[in-house]
Amino acid sequence: MNALLEKYPDEIKVILAKYPTDRAGKRSAVMPLMYLAQREDGHVTKDAFEQIAEICEITVTEVASIIGFYSLYYDEPSGKYHVQVCTDLPCALRGAEQFLENLCENLGIKVGETTPDGKVKVEAVMCLAGCDKAPMFQVQSPEGLEYHENQTVESALELINKLRQG
Amino acid sequence: MAEHILLRHRAIPGLDQFDTYRQNEGFVALRKAITSMDPDDVTNEVKASGLRGRGGAGFPTGMKWSFIDGHNWPHYVVANADESEPGTFKDREIMEGNPYQFLEGVAICAYAVKANDAYIYLRGEFWPIAHKLDECITEMEAAGFLGEKVFGSNISIHLHTHLGAGAYICGEESALLESIEGKLGQPRLRPPFPPAVGVYSKPTIVNNVETLTNVPFIINRGAAWYKSMGTEKSPGPKIFSLSGCINRPGNYELPLGTTFRELIMDHGRGIPGGHKIKAIMAAGASSSLIVANDEALNTPMDYESVPQLGAQLGSASIIVVDDSVNIPWLINKTVHFFKHESCGKCTPCREGTYWMMHLTERISHGEATMRDVELLHDVASQMKGKCLCALGEFSIEAVLSGIERFPADFESVTAKSNA
Repeated sequence: MNALLEKYPDEIKVILAKYPTDRAGKRSAVMPLMYLAQREDGHVTKDAFEQIAEICEITVTEVASIIGFYSLYYDEPSGKYHVQVCTDLPCALRGAEQFLENLCENLGIKVGETTPDGKVKVEAVMCLAGCDKAPMFQVQSPEGLEYHENQTVESALELINKLRQG
Repeated sequence: MAEHILLRHRAIPGLDQFDTYRQNEGFVALRKAITSMDPDDVTNEVKASGLRGRGGAGFPTGMKWSFIDGHNWPHYVVANADESEPGTFKDREIMEGNPYQFLEGVAICAYAVKANDAYIYLRGEFWPIAHKLDECITEMEAAGFLGEKVFGSNISIHLHTHLGAGAYICGEESALLESIEGKLGQPRLRPPFPPAVGVYSKPTIVNNVETLTNVPFIINRGAAWYKSMGTEKSPGPKIFSLSGCINRPGNYELPLGTTFRELIMDHGRGIPGGHKIKAIMAAGASSSLIVANDEALNTPMDYESVPQLGAQLGSASIIVVDDSVNIPWLINKTVHFFKHESCGKCTPCREGTYWMMHLTERISHGEATMRDVELLHDVASQMKGKCLCALGEFSIEAVLSGIERFPADFESVTAKSNA
């Protein structure tokens, strides 16, 4: 029936239990369900849109608007791993822009592009609350989010090469 | 400072473990509140402590709690753990190092305002922290400190984590409430304020992580003890997040009223590379630029003194800017941030940040004339007081103060294109 419900019955039960049982409460589940739906492929499929809409008792358009608004949700495939470097002011004052540029140059890509093997996308993002340990980035992957701080181009390349082999 | 109140994990290894926390004054305050105090007594104690909101506005916490509408039920508590201000990284350290004290604070707040459910709204990037908090909550429930019949009473308190998904605006409390409801994180028109109409249209108290982490010590050791730290109008300890051009960036827990000089020169060990300090941003990217002269450096960092420098203390995210930094470049960075994070709901912010960004791009790349600088000042001034929430209002702070207080930087970049 509902493929998402069938796949993650226990997780969805826990999610729904956090919120009121009425219709307004069900809608609250849309954000956690979105994370669940993109856990496997790194993005939310069109089918999952409908499954989430059904569980939350909202329209598919409303689900789509949530994807569009929040930057951690993806509706199309774009690399298994996202290396997201903060280049906001405090990090920039500690050399984050140069770091990102050098990193991409070494990988032979431009900022915002994915490595030729389609595995790692390197992009600039807004503040990640790691200002005192810049240059820093997060790696977003199906396994979750991980911070890497006090980085050099060498240490970042080492990590990215590991991700590309995995 | 002799004793850490908030960053206690620095002196007590393993404080993020249930047993270690319990052995170090852990859960004493929650037990005391629930087993021996009326909810109103708890609120009154917090009121008497003079604790002010640490998220940025500095609103008296106990007073906020007393505003909860007692005629509309159920009540909710929401902890704002969306920490996304560039330059702010204090709540993250609290939740990573001292999570139980924070959760204890949330639970005490829930008891005080008679809420059975509390949501902890974390930015999506704090996914591992949310996971950790979920484990802590499970431990507390197993011990009978959370859940049904807390400490054998008839009180039930349930805490739930809720992850955002990469939107700075959700740190604004009414946008945060919309986001919990599964909607776009866009601010609400206020009033009504959350203590009257909050999440699910029910009375809701929204407090910052650091604010709530103060609460167990206030209940445990009393308001008088708490007031012995800090200044008369800004009592207690504060975590200052120090970043930018500084030798030792990091979080520093110090009494409110500590001077900029002590934080930057003593604790932060000054400016690297033989550079001189040029400007200070006291509230992250949302700050006015303070000219870092002797008067500024000698100013106490509290909610009353910083405004005398034409700035705000905000969340006390101190970004240090040295003399190698060009102010047009700096405001281009902050304006890009706000343009990216503007939620698009109100026109002054959506359009204003867009046009400011085009101007700061030109100016910072030396492609503008002084007329463009005047136009930028004009656009920013027109936004003032017209935005739906503080995001738009804050986006102009660095722009206006930068142009007004560092005119030479703008003259030098525009001179290039005039030549």
